[in-house]
Order: sequence, then C-alpha cells, then structure tokens
Amino acid sequence: MTDKRINDVVIKIATVNGTGSASANGLLMKSIFRMGVPVVGKNYFPSNIQGLPTWYEVRVTGAGHKARAGHVDVMVAMNAQTYAEDLAEVAPGGYLVYDSTWPRSKLLDREDVTVIGIPLSKMCNEHFEGARARILMKNIAYVGALAALLDLDLDIIRRNLADTFAKKPALADSNMEAVKLGYDYAVENFPCPLPLTVEKMDKTKGHVVIDGNTAAGLGCVYAGATVGAWYPITPSTSLMDAFSRFCKQLRVDPETGRNNYLIVQAEDELAAIGMVLGAAWNGARAFTPTSGPGISLMNEFIGFAYYAELPVVIFDVQRTGPSTGMPTRTQQSDILSCAYASHGDTKHVLLFPADPHECFTMAPVAFDLAERLQTPVMVLSDLDIGMNDWMVPELTWDEAYQPDRGKVLHAEDLEKIEKFHRYLDTDGDGIPYRSLPGEHPKGSFFTRGSGHNKYGGYTEDADEYQDVVDRLLVKWDTAREMVPAPVIEYSKFNRTAVLTVGSGEAAVHEAVERLAEEGVKLNYCRVKAFPFGQAVKDFIAKHDRVYVVEQNRDAQLRSLLILDAGIDQKKLVPVLHYNGMPMHAGFVVERIREDREKNEAA
Amino acid sequence: MSYIPKPKVAHPRLPKNDLGLTERDYEGTVSTLCAGCGHDSITNAIIRAVFELSIPPHRLGKMSGIGCSSKTPAYFVSPSHGFNSVHGRMPSVTTGANAANKDLVYLGVSGDGDSLSIGLGQFTHAIRRNLNMCYIIENNGVYGLTKGQFSASADVGSKAKKGEENQQPPIDPCLLALATGATYIARSFSGDKKQLVPLIKGALTHRGFALLDVISPCVTFNDHVGSTKSYSHTRKYFHQVVGTDFIPPAEEIKTAYEEGEAMPVELHDGSRVVLKKVDKEYDPTSRAKAFSFLRDHANRGEVVTGLLYIHERKGDMHAVGNTVEEPLNSIPYDKLGPGAEVLRKLQQKWM
Repeated sequence: MTDKRINDVVIKIATVNGTGSASANGLLMKSIFRMGVPVVGKNYFPSNIQGLPTWYEVRVTGAGHKARAGHVDVMVAMNAQTYAEDLAEVAPGGYLVYDSTWPRSKLLDREDVTVIGIPLSKMCNEHFEGARARILMKNIAYVGALAALLDLDLDIIRRNLADTFAKKPALADSNMEAVKLGYDYAVENFPCPLPLTVEKMDKTKGHVVIDGNTAAGLGCVYAGATVGAWYPITPSTSLMDAFSRFCKQLRVDPETGRNNYLIVQAEDELAAIGMVLGAAWNGARAFTPTSGPGISLMNEFIGFAYYAELPVVIFDVQRTGPSTGMPTRTQQSDILSCAYASHGDTKHVLLFPADPHECFTMAPVAFDLAERLQTPVMVLSDLDIGMNDWMVPELTWDEAYQPDRGKVLHAEDLEKIEKFHRYLDTDGDGIPYRSLPGEHPKGSFFTRGSGHNKYGGYTEDADEYQDVVDRLLVKWDTAREMVPAPVIEYSKFNRTAVLTVGSGEAAVHEAVERLAEEGVKLNYCRVKAFPFGQAVKDFIAKHDRVYVVEQNRDAQLRSLLILDAGIDQKKLVPVLHYNGMPMHAGFVVERIREDREKNEAA
Repeated sequence: MSYIPKPKVAHPRLPKNDLGLTERDYEGTVSTLCAGCGHDSITNAIIRAVFELSIPPHRLGKMSGIGCSSKTPAYFVSPSHGFNSVHGRMPSVTTGANAANKDLVYLGVSGDGDSLSIGLGQFTHAIRRNLNMCYIIENNGVYGLTKGQFSASADVGSKAKKGEENQQPPIDPCLLALATGATYIARSFSGDKKQLVPLIKGALTHRGFALLDVISPCVTFNDHVGSTKSYSHTRKYFHQVVGTDFIPPAEEIKTAYEEGEAMPVELHDGSRVVLKKVDKEYDPTSRAKAFSFLRDHANRGEVVTGLLYIHERKGDMHAVGNTVEEPLNSIPYDKLGPGAEVLRKLQQKWM
C-alpha cells in the first residue's frame, strides 16, 4: 500500500467529548516528542461539555513543520457518529483503526484504505473494573495499538505515564496494562509496524510542548502583572487559569502566606476592562484576557484608555466570528476591530504572536509598550495558538529585565517641579508624563474621557481639543518604531513576496519551502505589530506582488496595510483562509500557484 | 464647566484640621450645575466630611461615571485624583483602582441613572465584592443632562414636568444593597447637611462597601407639584429612623444618650458611629428587619432616612483575596519576577 515513510505521518483520533480521550492523546503526542521527533498537535473540539464529536490530530514531522498537514494517514475512529466522514478523510493508502468490539458497516469501505480492527472495549471490559475506568482505559489502549503500528518506544510511554501519575503509581501501572493490551493485540493480529513509522531523532532537545494561553499567563507573571480582571470566554479562559495557577505557585509571599496579586472575576467584559483601567491608573500592571465578543463589549473603555492615556494590556485570543460564531474554532478576524476599537478617532497598538513562545515573550513587551506609550496594547493570539499544544524552543528569561514603567513622575520628581501638567508633550515624542494617585500632592490631576486640554483641564475649546488629539498622532508615530520589527527573510532576489501574520507563519513558512522546491522563490515577511514601521513599508516597496496570507474573510491585515502604511492595494494579493480550521501549507501553495498561473496566462 | 476661577482667599481664623488645612483647601472648581441643585449641597457636605476627617487631599480618589452627579467630583477637593469614567462603569474602575492600591480613600459619586439603569450590574457586583469605598448616589429620579426623562428610581405615579405619569416601579438602591450584601447602608436628603455629614464620614471610614442614597432634587426637571423627588415632597415625607453621630478615634463619647437608644459601632480605625434610634421598632443590625421596614414604609410613601444598616466585620475584596499588606502597585519587581532558574525548572514537565 503506502510507501515506507519515516517520521512523516498524520494520526487523527475521532472520539466523543467528555470521555477522557485528552489524556490519551496527550500521552501519544508527548511520547513521540520524547522520542526526539517534532510533533504538531491540534485539537478540534465542540462548544459543548459532553457527548459531541471531537478530534485530535498529531502530525509527526521529522522535517520540523509547525502547521497541520491537511491530510490524515491513520484515522482512529472511536466515534460511530462520525465514522463515515472519518473514513472519508483518510488519504489514499492510509489506515483506519477502529474498535472491533462492535460490528462495523462494511458498506462504506474504501479499497484504498486498510482497516485495522482492535477490540478495545472488549479487552478493557474484561481487564478493568468500573464503567469510568473502562472508558478511560479504552482510550489508553488505542495508544498502545498505535505504538505497535507506528513502532513507538514503549519505555518512553511507560516513563510518561510514570511522570503523569507520579503521585499515584498504581494508576501508572494500570494505564501501562491498557497500553499493553492494545499493543499486544496489534502485534499478534497485524503486520507491525506499518510502513509509516516513528524513529528516534534528536530534534526536540531544547524544546517544550506548551499551549499559548499557558505561555501568555506565565508571561504575565514574569512581566510583573499584579492585577488580572477577566470574564470567562472561550478560547481565552485558560490564559487566566494559567496566570492564577502560576501565581499560586510563584506569587505567594513566603513569610506571610499572602498574595502578591489579585485576580478579579468580573461580572462581564465591560467590568473586566474597567478594572484594568482603574488598576493601571493607579500604577499596577494590569491585564485582561478575552476573545472577540469581549472586545466588542470593551470598546467604550478602550477608547477611554486611548484618550485618557492609560496603560492597558488586553489579550485577545481570537475565535471564529461574526457574533457568537464558532467559539471553538480559530480565526484572525479581530484585526480591524482591535486596531480601531471604540468610537471617535482611535487606533491601537497590536502585537501578533506566532506561537506560544511568542505569547510568553510578547507579554512583557506588551506591558512595557503600554506603560512607555501610555495607551492600550492588545496581544492578538488565536485559538490555534492559545489552546493547542505547540512544540517551541524552551522559554528563557533575561535576569537583567526590569519593567519599563514609562514616564512616571514619582514623589521625589514632583517635589522638584513647580507644577505638574498631565498632558504636556515636553519631550516631543507625543508621550506626556504621568503621576500616580496618592504619591504626592503636586501630582494630582483629573482623568476624564471628556474633552481636555494639554494641562489636563476640561475643555470644549476647538483649538485646545485638537491640540491634544494631534499630539496623540505624534505618539502614534513614536509607537511605529518602538513596536517589534517584522520577521523578514529573503530567499533570492525576486519581486514577489508573501506576507503573513501570527499563527499564519506555520503554514506559510512550510508553503514557502515547498514552493521553493518547485522553483518558485518567494521572499517572506511576518508582521509582528501594528502600527507598521518603516521596515514593513520598505519590504513591500521592494516587491511588485505581495501575497497577504491571513485567516479571515475580509482581508483585514491587507486593509490595515493599505490604511496605515499607504500601500498600493493592487500590489497586495489576498490569500484568505477562514473556515475555522487552522490553515495548512497545501492551501497556501495552491492559492499562490493559481494566482501565478492566472497571471502567466494573462 | 466653570470658566470662572474661584477666588482663593482664606480667612486667617478659619478652623484648621489635623493636617493644618482649612475647609477652603478641600474645595473644587465652581459648580456648573443649575442654581439650587441638590447635588451642590451634597458637594458641600462631602467637603465638610473630608475636611473634618483630615484626609490628605492627594490620598483621595474621586470616582464617577456620567451624568450631572458624576460631574461633581470636579467641584470638591481639587488637589485630589479624579477619575470621571464612562456611563455606569465607575464601580469597575474603582474596583481596579482599589485592587492596585487599597490604601487610598475611594469616594464614588453616581446618580440614579448611572447606578440603577446602565450601571446596575456593576453597582451590585461592587456591593457583592464588598469593595472598600463610599458610594454616593445623588438620587433625583430623573435624567437631567438629556432633559427630563424618568429614571429607574422614579416612583409610580410621580409626574414629569409636562404631566406624564411614571408607570414603572422604582428600584430602591437601599433595598437592593440590603439584598446583595452591602455592609453600610444609609439614606439621606441633600437638604439635611446635619444628617449627611456624619453619614459621609462614617461611610468613608467604614471598611467595605458603604452606600449613601441621597435624595437630591433636580430643580430644573423634577421639583414640581406631583413629583415625589421634589424638595417639598421629600421634606414632607422625610422619616429619620436612625440618627448618627460620628466620633473620631481616641475621642470620648460626650453626648449623653438615653439607655437602650444609642448603639455605638466601632469602625476599623477606632472611630465610632453612634446610632440613635428615633423609631423604636427599627433594628439597624438586622438585614431582614431593615428590609421589611424599608419596604413597608416605602409602600406608604415615606422616605426612610438615616444609617439603615451596618455590619463592620465582613472582609472586603482584599481580605477575600488574601493580598499582602503592601499595596499591589508598590511591590518591587524583584518580588514579582520569578527569575530564569524557576522558569527552567517549571518547564521540565513540558519537555
């Protein structure tokens, strides 16, 4: 059937949510990772607690790709409800593993797919006591079967189980028994391993497997955030969960047992962002994680923070819109609504992490920029980055890091000056000085969202009003060169490029490699922030045609390039992926090919 | 907005507080509200209370939302920090401010529209958290800035200026606060500074959420015959059930109270509020009894005033959050950043 392939296989597991398959899938992915082979894990789950179809996909990629593959070699079909579509999804020459305890409809059989039946339920029912244990072990047993079929290292699986159940060794043993049940049955009944095998490598050293929300939550701890306010919303919830978990671990004063942080679960997103504003005004590093609907609700306060110049940090873990959309599917569709959030003339600094590693490193950058620029900074992650496990380089920390608290006049500074004015641009960079409430009588000022002059006083005077909003533009230009620079890679001198953002990097990078193998050389740019700096403009200026690859319907990044960087729109070719699934390289390759063929024909 | 600066001339014999400041030092800019507005009387009571408590002006956070009432923080204690936020959202901003620095004094000024309509959710949730703040509702039953619409505190049958009768039942902020767990609940009248000042002092000193619902007639849109929030109506139906004296720490209770009529309650800093029951049936320590008393008297059209409920021992948001003694905004980074070695160890399980 299939040609022999090593470390290049996609396994997809179809189960029902709420049956405990997550730990089995995690075990599978972690075991391959610990064999030194790069992996990509994607969880496709419903917006539901129990009983609906869910899938987990593991791409074994010796080449070290970061995106999903876009096809399936081995399908583990554990859910009768989705059996037909799961079978249909298997690539020609692939395999389907199913639980042969129950009969299977042969009507749907495909000649180009090898079916492997393992009586998982039967074996587990005979071997384990209790309904819950039997269901859980059935999942672990398919990991055992896959271990035989793909030639995974049983010792590594055993060690993983020992790590997971370090506090309950008996559970490690019973899980290993389940692994063996599946393993032995596969070895005895099928030619193992399949031509698709996993072989040990040395390519995961110095790497970790982590999701973006965990990394961002940890990043907030390292950034020195002390106040977190939030309202639960998928897919951002696990970000605050992580912050809370790490705070309990790292932020409790050892002497008093009291907390060096406060997390407030707000009544809604309007309140969550209000709390962040209040805390930021008072000089604490404060943030809120949310998703698109939360951003919509926060708009009024975001505009306030822009105009009153408060350092606010928001993590937007984007999901599929519009409206409620598909809460458990990914998209990059909040780019425009974040960039220009709120009524009136407003625009905001955005950061675009590409993976969990950048979720961590961009957290302190976000707080530093917010305080330096005294303005809201939004970190636009997405569900794919935030909730999926990614293999990324180990996180590191520079011990020399000190938070950039920006232009703050403390009591001793205020003592020396004659009079403090909140909104004066004394340095010419558009950034005024602020004081913190309660520090010194001279630092008093009135914070308001209503019209104010450069001294901080209320105004309805035309010139005084305009003076302040024009100065905010000076600040905007300061921000332009202060935000993280784009990632730019030149392949060879040519006039065509591809430009992407955030999690788009995974698929686009792989696509660029594949196109290069076909002889199509493309230069590459990934923007990491908005507003766009000179480097982005220069890059685009060097090309005749730039494919702008993003995950939304309306080419939002492209619009932003036209609006903010003044790029000629004819030059920017949209490549748009927006069905809620993470993008894969094949999609990008195909679109670029199509466009090239169309152009050559013309 | 005041375009006319207020002359700063202080009489040399003006009384001074513990900080050596006079009441003039606690004033703000000239009010731009209508002449005779109840809110201005409340502003004056606030100035008196903050002065008498010797609160350093720069340690005061004046928080507000949107509306006539929310404009007033500009009119008192100029050398403090004001935060005039968005409509109905002052409670969340104050929650965040308090989270960052619990050592400042937070005085929120809101109105019946700001608190009982657009901001009802935030108002109740701040109560629920027992946020340590003094929350004043300047309650006039009407939207002033948008010219006279009924608010959610307007009584059934109360007449608008052009004669329209309100049909919707009112939300009583005191009943709501009793039901949702506020720990200091008082009602007063803008026209009674004598009652108002000790209530504000008690509210500012109380640790936890202190609500002061102050009936504050709108002279322009709601002071006519037929309105239940007019000066004359409020004066007529005003019913004080509990009188209040505020005694600073280390000061003796000098007034002679009748046995069984006075109930001193010690506040966290050692000051006391002495509750003097005017109405013998009233029990300001029982949420349930206070609730039914208020409801029954409201049904009779009476405006029950005084310190209606107090509970001094319930932990505030920081007590529940078990935060450190030091305000969170002043913890040095070396106590917050866990460092490279911790990060290395932390990641073992992800390898």
